Amino acid sequence: MTETLPGAGVPNPLDEAAITAAVDQAVAAIAAASTLDELKAVRLAHTGEKSALSLANREIGGLPKDQKAAAGKLMGSSRGRVNKALADRTAQLEAENDARILVEETVDVTAAPRRRRAGARHPLSTLQERVADIFVGMGWEIAEGPEVESEWFNFDALNFKPDHPAREMQDTFFVEPPEAHLLMRTHTSPVQVRSMLERELPIYVLCPGKVFRTDELDATHTPVFHQFEGLAIDKTLSMADLRGTLEHFARQMFGDEAQIRLRPNYFPFTEPSAELDIWHPGAKGGPSWIEWGGCGMVNPNVLRAAGIDPEIYSGFAFGMGIERTLMFRNEVGDMRDMIEGDVRFSEHFGMEI
Amino acid sequence: MRIPLSWLREFAQVPAGATAEDVMAELVKVGFEEEAVHRPTDTLQGPIVVGQVLSIVKEPQTNGKTINWCQVRVVPEGQQQSLTGDGIDPSGVQGIICGAHNFVEGDKVVVTLPGAVLPGDFHISARKTYGHLSAGMIASVRELGIGEDHDGILVLSRIGLDPEIGADAMELLGLYDQAAEINVTPDRGYAFSIRGVAREYAHATGTSFTDPASKVQAPVALAGGYPVKLNDDAPIYGKPGCDRFVARTVRGVDATRPTPLWMVSRLRLAGIRSISLPVDISNYVMLELGQPTHCYDLDKLSGDIVVRRAVAGERITTLDEKVRALDVEDLLITDGSGAIGIAGVMGGAATEVSDSTSNVLVEAAHFDEVSIGRSRRRHKLPSEASKRFERGVDWHVAGTAAQRVVDLLVELAGGTADEAGTDVGTAPGTVTVELPAAFASERIGIDFTEEQVVTSLEDLGAVVVKNDGGYTVTAPSWRNDLETKEDLSEEIARLVGYDQIPASLPVAPPGRGLTRTQQQRRRLVQALADSGLTEVLAYPFVSKAANDTFGVSTEGTPRKALKLANPISEEQGYLRTSILPGLIEVAKRNHSRGFRDLALFEAGLVFLPGDTLGTASIPPLGIKPSDEVLDGLYDGVPDQPLYVAAVLTGHDSPAAAGHTPRAWDWADALDIARTAGDVLGVEIVVSQGQHQAFHPGRAAQLALRTGEVLGYAGELHPKLLAAHDMPARSVALEFNADALFEAAADVIVARHISTYPVATQDVALVVPQEVPAEEVLAALREGAGELLEDVALFDVYAGKGIEDGKKSLAFSLRFRAADRTLTADEASAAREGAVAVAHERFGAVQR
Repeated sequence: MTETLPGAGVPNPLDEAAITAAVDQAVAAIAAASTLDELKAVRLAHTGEKSALSLANREIGGLPKDQKAAAGKLMGSSRGRVNKALADRTAQLEAENDARILVEETVDVTAAPRRRRAGARHPLSTLQERVADIFVGMGWEIAEGPEVESEWFNFDALNFKPDHPAREMQDTFFVEPPEAHLLMRTHTSPVQVRSMLERELPIYVLCPGKVFRTDELDATHTPVFHQFEGLAIDKTLSMADLRGTLEHFARQMFGDEAQIRLRPNYFPFTEPSAELDIWHPGAKGGPSWIEWGGCGMVNPNVLRAAGIDPEIYSGFAFGMGIERTLMFRNEVGDMRDMIEGDVRFSEHFGMEI
Repeated sequence: MRIPLSWLREFAQVPAGATAEDVMAELVKVGFEEEAVHRPTDTLQGPIVVGQVLSIVKEPQTNGKTINWCQVRVVPEGQQQSLTGDGIDPSGVQGIICGAHNFVEGDKVVVTLPGAVLPGDFHISARKTYGHLSAGMIASVRELGIGEDHDGILVLSRIGLDPEIGADAMELLGLYDQAAEINVTPDRGYAFSIRGVAREYAHATGTSFTDPASKVQAPVALAGGYPVKLNDDAPIYGKPGCDRFVARTVRGVDATRPTPLWMVSRLRLAGIRSISLPVDISNYVMLELGQPTHCYDLDKLSGDIVVRRAVAGERITTLDEKVRALDVEDLLITDGSGAIGIAGVMGGAATEVSDSTSNVLVEAAHFDEVSIGRSRRRHKLPSEASKRFERGVDWHVAGTAAQRVVDLLVELAGGTADEAGTDVGTAPGTVTVELPAAFASERIGIDFTEEQVVTSLEDLGAVVVKNDGGYTVTAPSWRNDLETKEDLSEEIARLVGYDQIPASLPVAPPGRGLTRTQQQRRRLVQALADSGLTEVLAYPFVSKAANDTFGVSTEGTPRKALKLANPISEEQGYLRTSILPGLIEVAKRNHSRGFRDLALFEAGLVFLPGDTLGTASIPPLGIKPSDEVLDGLYDGVPDQPLYVAAVLTGHDSPAAAGHTPRAWDWADALDIARTAGDVLGVEIVVSQGQHQAFHPGRAAQLALRTGEVLGYAGELHPKLLAAHDMPARSVALEFNADALFEAAADVIVARHISTYPVATQDVALVVPQEVPAEEVLAALREGAGELLEDVALFDVYAGKGIEDGKKSLAFSLRFRAADRTLTADEASAAREGAVAVAHERFGAVQR
């Protein structure tokens, strides 16, 4: 008697054909299961306690001893086949399921929100740091000083004679009361004086910082701006050293093609004095020389004010505006953009310059 | 200084075709920056010719005005009109409508013919008007861009001219000339003259130069002229206010004669308006020689001229008709009637030359730079004269200049010069400088030849004598800026050319890099930006009210602030004692531009004056002050610590699909402050704070462990926010960054890392509402002993189940031993120890 349907009858565990048929049926059902849930139902039907194979297996106990081994072997391998098919199919369906979930979880990555606010440095600060780094790389040090300064450091020590027109041309903010002789520094040169008084010779320092002039804010002027001034005091410095230093700096800043030009000028604190121009190949309206700053050999009176013997030491100094540098280097068209604090200005630069 | 090219050509070799730009390109090489070009033909184009009015028909109009329908001959009678074009009448007579009435038939006038262009891009063409075809315009000086007078048209006969009909009026009026405007640095007073600039042009181009002074024949000595006394009883810095006074007399001048057009044209290009013939001559000579002169109406003078300082209470009415109170330091020109001029600054009205003047006294004097500068500043009277005197005028040119004025008065005004004249004063000593032979080469870095050194200096006008070790150089009298060997080096380099200076890179000794404070500042500022804040740089100028609100001492009183003597705006006349007012202004500006979600910060100096403010006096220049004086200078400079402040408004991030931004709140302000502490390795101790700018219940005081207060953080006061139209709940913080830097450890000592298991225990403590969590946490830390690795507040609860006026604080304590696995009993014992201290201190009980 051959019974093939599960539950409809119990196949004989010795009936190889019937068992094989049950196995084939199970394997076919396993293969046909398209989901893990269907597979679970198939598993219960073909390997559950009531399944044909389980029931047939249970029959082995009632067989004569000499038949038990053959039936055991047949049933063992048959159930092994079914279990393997189940395991394979389970792994396959699970893999398919996992893959489907991942597919279903697909997002539009281009719609990702920015959850964190991006901060930004002010480009004037960043540029100031970059300039400082170039000089630190040359072995120079960075010197700083107060923004409200004694008149002596800002003028007299720098050889501005009390009644000379050059003093007036500085458009100085004075602090009350006038008898206290305090003012807002008009350049970072007082830091040079402080450096000469406080440091050991030789001196190679860069003095960046904020300076103040009584100009109204417009597209090209601001009462508060930033400078960096360099000062070198050593035993045999000449204008050639000044030129070499400025050339090196210009190339670090603007690339190997950068060129500079010196023109005679006047500053009370340097003699000889020069105006420094830089060649700007990318200038709007065509390549041109751009006025960048002033420089010269430190006036002996300035050295004397700091107790340095001008017969032994000489020095050079130079000063440039950070705003001006930013304006032509980064094509900032209007001074007010740098001053007003509009977040769009800084955020455009981010942390870079 | 504006240099008419025709004038420069008289004394320097300027190529015929050279433009103002060409001249400036040369002058910039020797240190005169280019300023501007003044060239009438840039805005003015012919044909503009001399015409003669043949007939005038007056035609009254319905609007009440009368216009003139004129026939104007623009080609000599009998000649052909050579011009062609729309509106040019081949007959040589143009019909022109003219609204002016200051001319008659027969007058010669300036006619702008069709095709001409006037300033303002005004194109002249034949056009129908008032029922006629008006083919051109009879021009006024204003229309030609050469004057302000618009009362009528320019009648040539009235300025003493009778040019040929059809002549080029632009030529006649000097409108083909042009001027180069250069910037003269304050050390080069001599270059405020054609004389000085022509010399510099010769230096720049290596060409020859004729000294305008050499063309004037001045008598070697003068005597018997108007009596002048130099009586300076209070010289400044020991220098007499006037050390030369030349007075010359010219009689029988006609002051009403028109100034010749060539002179008017040059003055105009130089930026000086024509006033009257004597005044124009005086100005012309000043421009040419650099020596200001003054013309007095001789008949209005009485008694000796005395140059002296003013006496207290003295007054003068100056040329501009203003009554000026004089200072005892003012140097005056006086006569028997009192002050007749503020020396070198402005003359007096009473002795001014006028149309009726016939006898003129010419003054050419030499004044002390400082004295003139002070008077000019005191009376706020910048003038062409004071500009030159302040920078220094050649002592020796006064006699020449006076002679030149006399010559021109004779030539142009029909006067007769008195032979007698006055010349009083004492010449200053010459300045000689020793220039060691190698000095200029060493200082400049160019190996100058002896010839370069000598020729350069001689070209300047110096006298060079070679000596043992170098040169003895006598500076020319007009170069008061040449006093040292450095000055001479610059001149040599300037004349040889700065472009000849080679480049060499000096090597600095090994440096130490950025200082620790500089590194800390960079790290702090960068960390704030990295945390999402935007750096801004606001002005330090604030109002008193802003300082009083934000710049508050730990005692709650407004800090002392510095006031500016000359602020840009009186309202913002103080220097900040807090960064916050500036940040709030920036926030408001951004709000007005549509940005409401902001996180702004600034790191900048604040100004905190103490009891000592500055110094009563300033040591002299050129010598090192004593240590004591230096200490005084240092101590007088107010404290200016670096402060960092931030203002947060609106939300922490932009709204976006799938993201709900969070509104900034008081805890964000604290978080930023703590971040600052974290990046510098300094613990910031937070306690409930009071600051008038902040919400009274939502402000934290920030301090160091030592108790030193660093600043404040929290929500800004609602009233303050409303007053500034700022979003509600905006928060802010500010702290003293320098103090934070200083508190950072030099060396951080490592902590042993235990690998034994952790034992975590939670505890909920009920304490009175007003007890700060931070203090309970500190008590737990203290009581738990060294087994405690960390403790954190993870919940605050008040309400149901908790007695009124109390709150429950839940802490998680993490225990770990360095050398063993903790038992549960050990951890519990440590927890009990912690709770015991909290109980003892705050009555805390476990929930």
